[in-house]
Amino acid sequence: MRLLFGTFFTLLVAAAIGLGATWFTLTHGVAFGSLTVGAWTAWPKSGSVDIDPYARAIIARTGELPTGMGDGVAFYARTDDAGNALDGRCTFVISGMTPSARYWTLTLYDPGGRLVPNSIDRHGFTSEEIVRDSDGQLTITVSPLARPGNWLPTGGIEKLTLLWRLYDTAIGVATRTTKEGPMPSITRKGC
Amino acid sequence: MIRALLCFLAAILLGGIVHLSTVLATPQAATLDAYSRLTPLTPVNKMVPLAAPTADSEVMPFMDPAFATAVCRYDLTGGPLKLASPVSQAYTSVTFYTRKSIAYYAINDRAAGRRTIELDLMTAEQHAEVPEEEDVTAADRLIIDSPTARGLIVVRALAAEPGLMPMARQALAAATCTIQPVQ
Repeated sequence: MRLLFGTFFTLLVAAAIGLGATWFTLTHGVAFGSLTVGAWTAWPKSGSVDIDPYARAIIARTGELPTGMGDGVAFYARTDDAGNALDGRCTFVISGMTPSARYWTLTLYDPGGRLVPNSIDRHGFTSEEIVRDSDGQLTITVSPLARPGNWLPTGGIEKLTLLWRLYDTAIGVATRTTKEGPMPSITRKGC
Repeated sequence: MIRALLCFLAAILLGGIVHLSTVLATPQAATLDAYSRLTPLTPVNKMVPLAAPTADSEVMPFMDPAFATAVCRYDLTGGPLKLASPVSQAYTSVTFYTRKSIAYYAINDRAAGRRTIELDLMTAEQHAEVPEEEDVTAADRLIIDSPTARGLIVVRALAAEPGLMPMARQALAAATCTIQPVQ
């Protein structure tokens, strides 16, 4: 009887541990070979045949198509530089030098990868349409309320994901250091 | 006491096995992966433009709204595939995915170095059957080996400003993918 109970208990705990760990890794975007610069993280290998099993499972589950390694690299941000979650009811400022790439796009999504509805139908910027400061740096304000300059409206949703895609770039392909940025910083400016 | 500890250790070990096997099985079990999402929208071996993502609807999550996108859902069992895509003004890329969404090859307009990106896609067996002299003489003929018979080719053209989107879409409208039946 004790043996039966012990076996049953063991199997139950095993299933809980195994399925729990799978659920956690697939919903929290755990994958190997990440490249982190400030608040931004990319998984360059996810765009190649060297993709790891976790990233495979994640893209199969979400239904997205990863950016191919010969195409570019995609940096995700879900927090600011200080680790505060990107909340669409707050104001965040993205500023600094842009990384070297032929083109880049910055897009704002909800955590599920959908575009966020807003009054001016703007979901991001490309490197060509951004207005730069006099010193060549850029400043983008991510805010629920209209701002002068490069305003990226959040629609007031609770959780944001920013995706910075660099096209035709050597970042993530040639080098592996985290000093290869620079990626712009993200700073919270009040809620 | 020892018995309980052993049970616990066994549970952790088994849990690890359950975890790894479920992670590995997820791509096989997934019903909403990119290929499945595109199946009702795209005929086989034909280049089809995709609707731009909006806040209300999108074909796949995390699509780049600055790009015009066209997809060729291919099946190489009938023969190798020929892909041709004109290059748009700003930036054009072609990415090849397996049935399970793994990006096994990607090329952009600068790497292709011409006004049109032209590629031949075939399985390893079909590549082995290509006459050798043909392979050599056509030095600029780019042959890509597909690891699987089925998969996706995604052509993306950047509209650097929203006003340029019609031009990007127009460039992709001329993109083709056609099966070359084996003689």
